[in-house]
Amino acid sequence: MGVPIEKIEWMYETMYKIRYYEESMVNIYAEGKSPVFNIGAGTVPGEMHLAAGQEPAAVGICAHLKREDTVTAPHRPHHNAIAKGVDLNLMTAEIFGRKTGLGRGKGGHMHLFDPNVKFSCGGIVAAGLPHAVGAALAAQMKGEDWVAVAFIGEGAANAGAFHESLNLAAVWKLPLIVVVEDNAYGISVPKSASTAVASNVERAAAYGIAGYSVKDNDPITMYEISERAVQLARRGEGPTLIEIETFRYLGHFQGDPELYRNKQEVPSLQKRDPLLRVEALLKKQGIQEIEIKHMQERAIAQVDAAYQFARESDYPNATQAFEDVFVVGM
Amino acid sequence: MSISIHKRLLTGNKALAEAIALEMESDPNVFVMGEDVGVYGGIFGATEGLYQKFGSTRVRDTPISETGFIGAAIGAAAEGMRPIAELMFVDFFGVCMDQIYNHMAKIHYMSGGHVKLPMVLMTAVGGGYNDAAQHSQTLYATFAHMPGLKVVAPSTPYDLKGMMISAIRDDNPVVFMFHKTLQGLGWMDQLDYSIGHVPEEAYTVPLGKANVVREGKDVTIVAIQMMMHRANEAAKQLAEIGIEAEVIDLRSLVPLDKETILESVRKTHRLLIVDEDYRSYGMTAEISAIVAEEALYELEVPIRRLAVPDVPIPYSRPLEQAVIPSVEAILDAAKQLVQH
Repeated sequence: MGVPIEKIEWMYETMYKIRYYEESMVNIYAEGKSPVFNIGAGTVPGEMHLAAGQEPAAVGICAHLKREDTVTAPHRPHHNAIAKGVDLNLMTAEIFGRKTGLGRGKGGHMHLFDPNVKFSCGGIVAAGLPHAVGAALAAQMKGEDWVAVAFIGEGAANAGAFHESLNLAAVWKLPLIVVVEDNAYGISVPKSASTAVASNVERAAAYGIAGYSVKDNDPITMYEISERAVQLARRGEGPTLIEIETFRYLGHFQGDPELYRNKQEVPSLQKRDPLLRVEALLKKQGIQEIEIKHMQERAIAQVDAAYQFARESDYPNATQAFEDVFVVGM
Repeated sequence: MSISIHKRLLTGNKALAEAIALEMESDPNVFVMGEDVGVYGGIFGATEGLYQKFGSTRVRDTPISETGFIGAAIGAAAEGMRPIAELMFVDFFGVCMDQIYNHMAKIHYMSGGHVKLPMVLMTAVGGGYNDAAQHSQTLYATFAHMPGLKVVAPSTPYDLKGMMISAIRDDNPVVFMFHKTLQGLGWMDQLDYSIGHVPEEAYTVPLGKANVVREGKDVTIVAIQMMMHRANEAAKQLAEIGIEAEVIDLRSLVPLDKETILESVRKTHRLLIVDEDYRSYGMTAEISAIVAEEALYELEVPIRRLAVPDVPIPYSRPLEQAVIPSVEAILDAAKQLVQH
């Protein structure tokens, strides 16, 4: 296999950072929400969609991206944001609703915008996909080799925006890669009950574009297929759809009773945890235990510092609610 | 020696297309997307000649995919492009309103001002030509209600050009509504006011500034687009019976130039508001509320409003004529206000 060792190391450390970020958030989100769960109470209020288990989709493709490449993500965005290199302090402050946040506290966890690394996400299913089409169109019109990556869930592939966007990107041959993160559920509805085809790769064929399937949440295969897709897009040879089977370890949102799935499902997925698999691969390639430990420690320190930064940041003043409706001076 | 003054006359659609062409020439980031905006030149002629001049890369015919291409305009604008997306009829907003309401209007705010969307959503509005309930609406208030969108609706060829240039140069998303019957198209009603003087050069008309198109001391009539022209017709007839009406062309719903309205009300003490949109929760209600809040004691008589009386626009000619305010209805209402 031809994945450079430094790329495997980057993927491992980034996946570890994402996992630790999400697992920390489970606890932080619970602060102030007991004994009675009130979604609007506590350190971090509002809905919280976490991506523990879905790291391979994010790191496998972001390993090939540069700053100028655009990423759009849906309501479950932390792994995508971290893999794209969104500033972790500013992102966390935004999730905490602080004035130091990416959106000065006006966006929140589902609405993170970091133009420095061209990342955005939003709370409407499939809506980020046309934005990625537009970013890809801008790249094409500017004559740059930039690409746009739209992360969506498998549930979004049944929305009109998905089909309009694939057709548009195909007919204009845009440098777009659609990554369908198939975590098997649209909230509670299993893919088999919502989607007329077994794999969304079949839908790529309907728009005459390349389509690839990544099985079993495998970050290495994701990396290899993404490399092809990104190269194709950079060469101006059009869009690609990649669907990856991934794992949603947690509920749709924190507080989801998950009555719709078997209690044994997650433990059985965790036996095939992608982090453990990449760790084993690193060891197989001769990376020492101590080096792996250093990677983990770096990731933990960065995440802890981000949460610390968010906690110590101030809330915005009420008057700031009136700012940013329109561009100042226009 | 005689001096002859030549004024170049253009139809509304040609004024619009000229504005877009001038901006496309001076800024490579400006481009147009929409259904039939290419060779066809836009169903209402707003992009006439642009395809021939700039080619298919910058004047892009799209599939019938409003969510897709309006969303793409948002994505391209976030990258610093200045797209103009045409929604063929404003009535089609339903298939893409998520992109407009939840993204175009809010991204600047949710990003804390870090993302700008310098885009124009251009769309055709208005009835009066028997196109029935799904192709005749103005929906001014639907768009003006949502914070984060500038919403403009020019009434003359001069303003269409000047405000389109301002809209393209604005760093905010602008919903630019042109009235179908004011485009001066050969296949619609031929109205004198769909043709007007338009200078050749690029000039701007500010967004958010109303225009007092006729001065008067007896009654203020506030209107926009076709209703402004009808109000102006009514004002001419009022003058014949000794009533001097002041007619205000709003030109822009957001920002709303309330000072010009209030100033006029302080002078005339009587207010009539005319709207081609639905009555309830609309522009007439908004302006009434502003005047009630800020100049109530200036009023000698209660405010009058004329608007589509909360029914869908009917197809049949006599029915449609009954629901869209006419010159006669404006005349009567103004007379009643003054003779109260």
